[in-house]
Amino acid sequence: MNAKRSDKLATIIIYIFVAIVVLILAGILGNILITGVPHLSWHFLTSEASSYQAGGGVRDQLFNSIYLLILTTIISFPIALGSAIYLSEYAKDNWVTSLIRTTIEILSSLPSIVVGLFGYLLFVVQFGFGFSIISGALALTFFNLPILTSNIEQAISGVPEQQREAGLALGLSNWKTIRGIVLPAALPGILTGLILSAGRIFGEAAALIYTAGQSGSTVNYTDWNPFSPTSPLNVMRPAETLAVHIWKVNTEGIISDATIVSAATSALLVIVVIIFNLGARYLGNKLYQKLTAAK
Amino acid sequence: MNKKTDDLKQVVDQAIAEQKVPHVKLNKLGPTSVDIERLTQPSKETRQEYWGKGLTYCAIGLIIILVVSIIGFVGAHGLSTFFTDHVNVFHFLFSTDWDPSDGKNHVGAAAMIVTSFSVTLLSALVATPFAIAVALFMTEYTSKKGANFLQSVMELLVGIPSVVYGFLGLTIIVPVIRNLFGGTGFGILSATLVLFVMVLPTITSLTVDALKAVPKQFRQASAALGATHWQTIYKVVLRVATPRILTAVIFGMARAFGEALAVQMVIGNAVLMPYNLISPSATLTSQLTSQMGNTVMGTLPNNALWSLALLLLIMSLVFNFLVRLVGKKGQK
Amino acid sequence: MENLKPSYIKTFEKDDIALEAKDLSVLYGGTVQKLFDASLQFKRNTITALIGASGSGKSTFLRSLNRMNDKVATVNGEIIFHDLNVNKNNINVYELRKNIGMVFQKPNPFPKSIRENITYALKAHGQTNKKELDKIVEESLRAAALWDEVKDTLDKSALALSGGQQQRLCIARALAVQPEILLLDEPASALDPVSTSKLEDTLKQLRSKYTMIMVTHNMQQASRISDYTAFFHLGHVIEYNTTAEIFTNPKGELTEDYIQGSFG
Repeated sequence: MNAKRSDKLATIIIYIFVAIVVLILAGILGNILITGVPHLSWHFLTSEASSYQAGGGVRDQLFNSIYLLILTTIISFPIALGSAIYLSEYAKDNWVTSLIRTTIEILSSLPSIVVGLFGYLLFVVQFGFGFSIISGALALTFFNLPILTSNIEQAISGVPEQQREAGLALGLSNWKTIRGIVLPAALPGILTGLILSAGRIFGEAAALIYTAGQSGSTVNYTDWNPFSPTSPLNVMRPAETLAVHIWKVNTEGIISDATIVSAATSALLVIVVIIFNLGARYLGNKLYQKLTAAK
Repeated sequence: MNKKTDDLKQVVDQAIAEQKVPHVKLNKLGPTSVDIERLTQPSKETRQEYWGKGLTYCAIGLIIILVVSIIGFVGAHGLSTFFTDHVNVFHFLFSTDWDPSDGKNHVGAAAMIVTSFSVTLLSALVATPFAIAVALFMTEYTSKKGANFLQSVMELLVGIPSVVYGFLGLTIIVPVIRNLFGGTGFGILSATLVLFVMVLPTITSLTVDALKAVPKQFRQASAALGATHWQTIYKVVLRVATPRILTAVIFGMARAFGEALAVQMVIGNAVLMPYNLISPSATLTSQLTSQMGNTVMGTLPNNALWSLALLLLIMSLVFNFLVRLVGKKGQK
Repeated sequence: MENLKPSYIKTFEKDDIALEAKDLSVLYGGTVQKLFDASLQFKRNTITALIGASGSGKSTFLRSLNRMNDKVATVNGEIIFHDLNVNKNNINVYELRKNIGMVFQKPNPFPKSIRENITYALKAHGQTNKKELDKIVEESLRAAALWDEVKDTLDKSALALSGGQQQRLCIARALAVQPEILLLDEPASALDPVSTSKLEDTLKQLRSKYTMIMVTHNMQQASRISDYTAFFHLGHVIEYNTTAEIFTNPKGELTEDYIQGSFG
């Protein structure tokens, strides 16, 4: 076969492969949205899940997912930010640092089911938290930390060295320079990383099934005292999220409309994740422009 | 020479003469008298630095403690199968007899190990050509617009939660395979197809990085020698990028190996040695997912599950190590 | 092997010295030595130019003077400031840098407003009186010859300024902290000729109050604005004298070659 023909053939094959990948995504999205969205009614979003008959909603699951997302972000953001600052600003270039980096890489490559089981062992069993929102939020924090840390670190390292020198030369401490100059400049990147990680948290299930649990408790939405057992804000109650709900209705298969419920829930999850993705990009760009462009 | 020195002298004299501009009076602003004492005393900045640095040390310390305790806890529980319950390690690794509630001679994880490796290798095998094709398309064939479009496609594929993949596998792939090949439809083939889509974006985006890292001169040099576009790609770009593409594939495999729910939903969950691609079986992760809630802490069946978790953990360390190894080789 | 022995090093009366480096050596990564036993005295209220080819160690030397090299290199030797060796571990580098300011090669304003660029450090150092801050903003911008150009746009982003304006803002920012000594690392290298000449005028005026040490690649610039000049070669100080002497009557062969070559 001559060179020209193989060149043409290769091009054709590559185009076909790319087309297949695009079609797969289109098929997946189309399938989820077409089967799911028609069932995404107000009723579905605001009524309780049913444990054995058709017609249940995902009100509690939706609330739990959002609540867990917020708690996890609150817990993991400061730790990730601190670690990222350490890695980009304070870590010396030596074996200790490379050991620390290896540690973080290991954490990020651990299967989320293993992280979830560790959370189960430590919080649910050892600390006696039981299946609870707090156990789930902590497990999700572990799952979230390595990627959030490295996203933030990248954002911080992207700030030019001259900015740090400028601060230091004015007699500012490293810390003040980081907080007042480097972090604001890195804000677009940090926010993008945070929102993308929110998408991951929102869809995660494996780390939750043995920490936040696979069932919900009775929740009374008029009771906002976090210490009351029926309050939605109580962190000690078991809480099933949207993602776990999909898994459960499909593996247990008790309710008759499992497929419809899963399709609608999947559509909900995917829509939220898409919103997060677009939001991250939009906000990142917008902030970046605001920081750099002349007003 | 002498002339030149004279010229120079003239230039310099002129320059120095120009220096004598009248000094504009600066107002109050000027150096304050230096307080020498303060140069040797800690100041507000010193304290800021102390606390700030301390905070970041705490944060990184927390992560390290976390990783160490994950390894420690999972290790301790996973090893108790062998030390407390006296299960033979070789029996665990090579026997297919999995029924831990029947005692220590029935703790053989070989079927799950084989299934886990099968789905991992197969999905990577299917995904890699697609990933390379997409990555080549993004870096060598299309404009920035096309690359951005595919980038978004990949980001969306990453963003879709794994339970959604599992659900789609359950409702689309499993029935299709059942109709095509008979049987239940559950099994390695279904899991492979689901994992293929899940690892595709991982391998693709890392392959794109690998291809982008190939210096432009190589491409230009090859093109200048009269090579066709494909010859340049095949003989130069891909060759140079091979170690990093390999790293990308290993990352993809690590993701496939550790994926739990999506696989658990389509694999069939029967702890049997898979004798073909469409017979129900179980992976390490799927067994953990479906059985952990059914065992009692501290008993042999529970410990045996922790041994599976330990195996997963060890494999993720191995993948990590492999990435480093290939990375080092690539640098040489 | 070239003779790297100093051919002439000027010294001053003790009372005239604002800053002195004694046997300053700089090592990068513990092995690569960039500066060998540099000893220089800097006279109060003068501009001293540090000249030499790339890699001659002049920038390294300058950055060591206010301990900006601490993070990346080991600096041995003494830096005497008001009879105190400030190259020691017990020295509060933040206080030191308030007294020895620095302006860099590339303009590096913060991504904040013009006003905040100047007030940020002051606020951090405890100055909170708004009237006082406004006064300092105006005076430092006047001192840097930027006031007339920006007085109506103080709350606009500093990044909207031209390169030359940004660099003068950086000088204003450094002056606002009220240092005694100003270190300038090729401050005009990124600027166009018009901005450069404005910047040079600014520096010439500042001489009445500040001691300035400036690294420059540009011989004309050194002769235009400096009182004293030190010539660096391969990490060694070769010659240090008044600018006029260095340029017209260099004592060392290396200095002569460099000056001849640079003026061409």
